[in-house]
Amino acid sequence: MSWDLFLLLLQASVTTIVVSVVSIVLGFLLATVVCAGTMSSNTLARGAGRLFVSFFRGTPLLVQLLLIYHLLPQIGLDVPSEVAAVAGMALCTAAYQAEILRGGFGAVPKGLMEAADMCGLGAFATFRRIRLPIAVRLTLPSLVSEIIMILKASSLVSVVGVIELTRMTQDLAASTFLPLPLYASAGVIYLAINAVIAGVGTVLERRVARGHA
Amino acid sequence: MTNAPAIRVQGLVKRFGKTEVLTGIDLEAARGEVTCLLGPSGSGKSTLLRCIAFLEEATDGFIEIDGAPLGFALGPDGDRMRLPPNDIRGVRSKIGMVFQQFNLWPHMTALGNVMEALVTARGMSKAEAEERARARLAEVGLAERATHYPSELSGGQQQRVAIARALALEPKIMLFDEPTSSLDPELTGEVLNVMRKLAEGGMTMVVVTHEIGFAASVGHKIVFLDQGKILVEGTPGEVFGKPRHPRIDQFLDTYLDRGAAGLL
Repeated sequence: MSWDLFLLLLQASVTTIVVSVVSIVLGFLLATVVCAGTMSSNTLARGAGRLFVSFFRGTPLLVQLLLIYHLLPQIGLDVPSEVAAVAGMALCTAAYQAEILRGGFGAVPKGLMEAADMCGLGAFATFRRIRLPIAVRLTLPSLVSEIIMILKASSLVSVVGVIELTRMTQDLAASTFLPLPLYASAGVIYLAINAVIAGVGTVLERRVARGHA
Repeated sequence: MTNAPAIRVQGLVKRFGKTEVLTGIDLEAARGEVTCLLGPSGSGKSTLLRCIAFLEEATDGFIEIDGAPLGFALGPDGDRMRLPPNDIRGVRSKIGMVFQQFNLWPHMTALGNVMEALVTARGMSKAEAEERARARLAEVGLAERATHYPSELSGGQQQRVAIARALALEPKIMLFDEPTSSLDPELTGEVLNVMRKLAEGGMTMVVVTHEIGFAASVGHKIVFLDQGKILVEGTPGEVFGKPRHPRIDQFLDTYLDRGAAGLL
């Protein structure tokens, strides 16, 4: 297997990383909204949040991607396949991250919110400055796992025409008849990316452990 | 308004479902007065304090802080009506609270904990807030610990940070909910010393405590609750001196076993 082939794989893995990172960040923002819904005292918001979670957790990501890819043009949105891919992955991970966060929010001691209340922090400031950061700290290991899951799941976005690492490997394998070294290389690249994510996660965990008895 | 007591509680009733935790409490605290709430667990003393902090909403009755109604007032038609959130916020900003579990925010340093509300809620500049926060931390003897996280502080130090956090907001009234109950005896002393200093400085304080010695020596008024009612109320001399209410005798007996006899 030539060096050129490996470079092509590395190029494709940039797409993998970009699509995954954008999906995870958008998914996290959406997850805070969905989580707020599922934890809301408002019946409608709670119902909407639960419906969202049950749909995006209860159907395969592959089906969601194809559904979104074919649905968007139907409603007049002619977007590049990368956008459809990111939309699908973001929605899916939002459902999982929302559930992870819900567990985290539930674990924030009530007294910390009461202290914020007595200091006059108000509902929004309490959420932004106290509840969310503590919930994220408590759920950091689960969130890192979810990020790794999404990075691996990004191999599915090839079905909507995004040439990422897995798809590139497949294409090259078909044209060069070198499947074994190519798939092995792809595996190593995935492993390397995830090792970095896990490493960053460990460092963050260690850092926040200082602020957490 | 200037003659109004710092705290006035009238006919306060609190029910959780069918259980009546407070059954009509009347209480007044003058400015600069230290009121100690004593009583067995389940007597309603913490609930009363939490109602005064508006962390619990009383089922009936009224609370006034510096003459201003807190949460509920008598409406024009004679009904008890809830006041608008802005009014509630305004009155509550005069109240500082210290909790049994300290409730420091674990992801912020001691300084961060004290500064947070000054910046976020009071709109102070960071520099100004830091200056004030450092001054408050120095007052509770923790100037050196400003950059430590709660997990790096002892329980007594954490509670002193919590006191500094409340004081930084310049409250008119400080409420203490069993501030030393999670501390071992050695650390209890350092927290009680800070509270004693605060009382000497003229702060109006309401303290739920099991520290009879502190109540007797610092408290101006002792309020003994039992089963949701005020059983005895008076100066430490009146409440602890003889002749004593038999219920207080019984309550104190448990402390005498623990070597507190000399304090009484």
